[in-house]
Amino acid sequence: MRFFEFEARRIVEQAGIPVTSYGFCTTPDEAREAAAEIGGPTVVKSQVLTGGRMKAGGVKFADTPDEAAAHAEEILKLEINGHMPRGVLVDPKAEVKQEYYAGVVWDGTAKKPLMLFSDMGGIDIEQVAEEHPDHVGRGHISNLDPVFDFQAKEVIAATGVTGSQLNRATPILARLAELFRDGDMLLAEINPLAELTDGRFVALDAHMEMEDEATGRQAELLREKLGIAEDDTRDTYVPSEFERRVKAIDAADHRGVIQGKDHNFDGNLGLVIGAGGGSLTLTDAVRSQGGKPANYSEIGGNPSVAKACGLAKEVLQKDGVEKIAVMMSIVSNTRVDIVARGVIKACLELGRDPSEAIAVFRIPGAWEDEGARILDHYGVEYYDRSVSLWDAAGRAVEKVQGAS
Amino acid sequence: MSDAASAGDSIFIEIEMSDAVASDPELATKLQEVCPVSIFKATDSGPEIVVSQLDECVLCELCVEAAPQGGIEIIKKYG
Ligand code: SF4
Repeated sequence: MRFFEFEARRIVEQAGIPVTSYGFCTTPDEAREAAAEIGGPTVVKSQVLTGGRMKAGGVKFADTPDEAAAHAEEILKLEINGHMPRGVLVDPKAEVKQEYYAGVVWDGTAKKPLMLFSDMGGIDIEQVAEEHPDHVGRGHISNLDPVFDFQAKEVIAATGVTGSQLNRATPILARLAELFRDGDMLLAEINPLAELTDGRFVALDAHMEMEDEATGRQAELLREKLGIAEDDTRDTYVPSEFERRVKAIDAADHRGVIQGKDHNFDGNLGLVIGAGGGSLTLTDAVRSQGGKPANYSEIGGNPSVAKACGLAKEVLQKDGVEKIAVMMSIVSNTRVDIVARGVIKACLELGRDPSEAIAVFRIPGAWEDEGARILDHYGVEYYDRSVSLWDAAGRAVEKVQGAS
Repeated sequence: MSDAASAGDSIFIEIEMSDAVASDPELATKLQEVCPVSIFKATDSGPEIVVSQLDECVLCELCVEAAPQGGIEIIKKYG
């Protein structure tokens, strides 16, 4: 889940990291008031969840509160990359001596948060890392132990920062690392972290992204501290009709789980697949052997006949689908016979002959003998565990390509 | 036996109940309780088969055990 800049600013502020006084405003009058309160020149920034604000005219400088209000009026109407702003942030135009970068990201390889610091702030950290690798300090923190200041200090010192700058920046990076871990973030970034002309360090801009799965346990932060509504997921993905229908079938019945995706798939082989990583393996196996999947799906958790039938029907009805392949790795919870009933029922209800429409059925495991009896009755090609996922996928590709 | 489900449109499963079972309201409540996929509906005159649910039968035989011996038979249409 992504956060708007004004929310990210609140998060760092609540973690005890100094920020300049700012105002989040949704009307020009509020912007005028915020600018008057700040006093002096301000900067008015569009609050959108997309980049390129400056280039699009979403960031403007103002010398007076009236000018701030006029800019706010324009920016609030300005669409940037298809996004309308949630509001504007009114910030003081800070007197900056030097800009730094402080960030924490999730290192998937080490499976630990990674602190990053650079004395070259205000620009992309990727660019700094590529062009000036000696200006980027790095250090992992534990997933469990407290974050110690000395760990942050080592990371900052690696960039050559010393003296009072080192001492002032250290607690900021340490607190950022703590908020990253305690807030289940994927990214927590202050860029720029500014050293003002009076020597203070303040966060001028912040970016935060939270792990989607953690939004339940971070309810206090999201709802009470930030006032984000439960249905405000910030998800910009627009599901297809197929995906929406599969989701509705899944939601209508608590038994088992089905998922379907079809973005970037337009093949002729429909996939009803799943079980313990089986979906990814099988999709790859189909593609590697020259097959063209019409979709991606996941089925498991012992779905009802109706649910298996619903998914199979949706896949069978997709444009261009000639046959479906029903394949899983070995199942222990999901019942083979129930899935068999579901997919056969889907064929029959659509007026299709199961022995023609189902290229292969390869699900070994719980109730497989019963499943085999059903499939045998309808003449569907059935494979047990003696046939690998790879071979079953290859057979499905052969059949849909008319090789047999 | 009264073939309560034979007129339905199930594909895989059919259930036959004896006349005694089909007219027992007390047993009907029990069957409604034990079936995990809601195939039995209790009425004042006895159990009714919910035909639209028949294909969901998980073959647990809880209904067979709840009824007097031979009172309920689960028939697999696929042989
Ligand atoms: S066998 Fe189990 S699932 Fe089937 S009708 Fe009887 S109680 Fe219900």
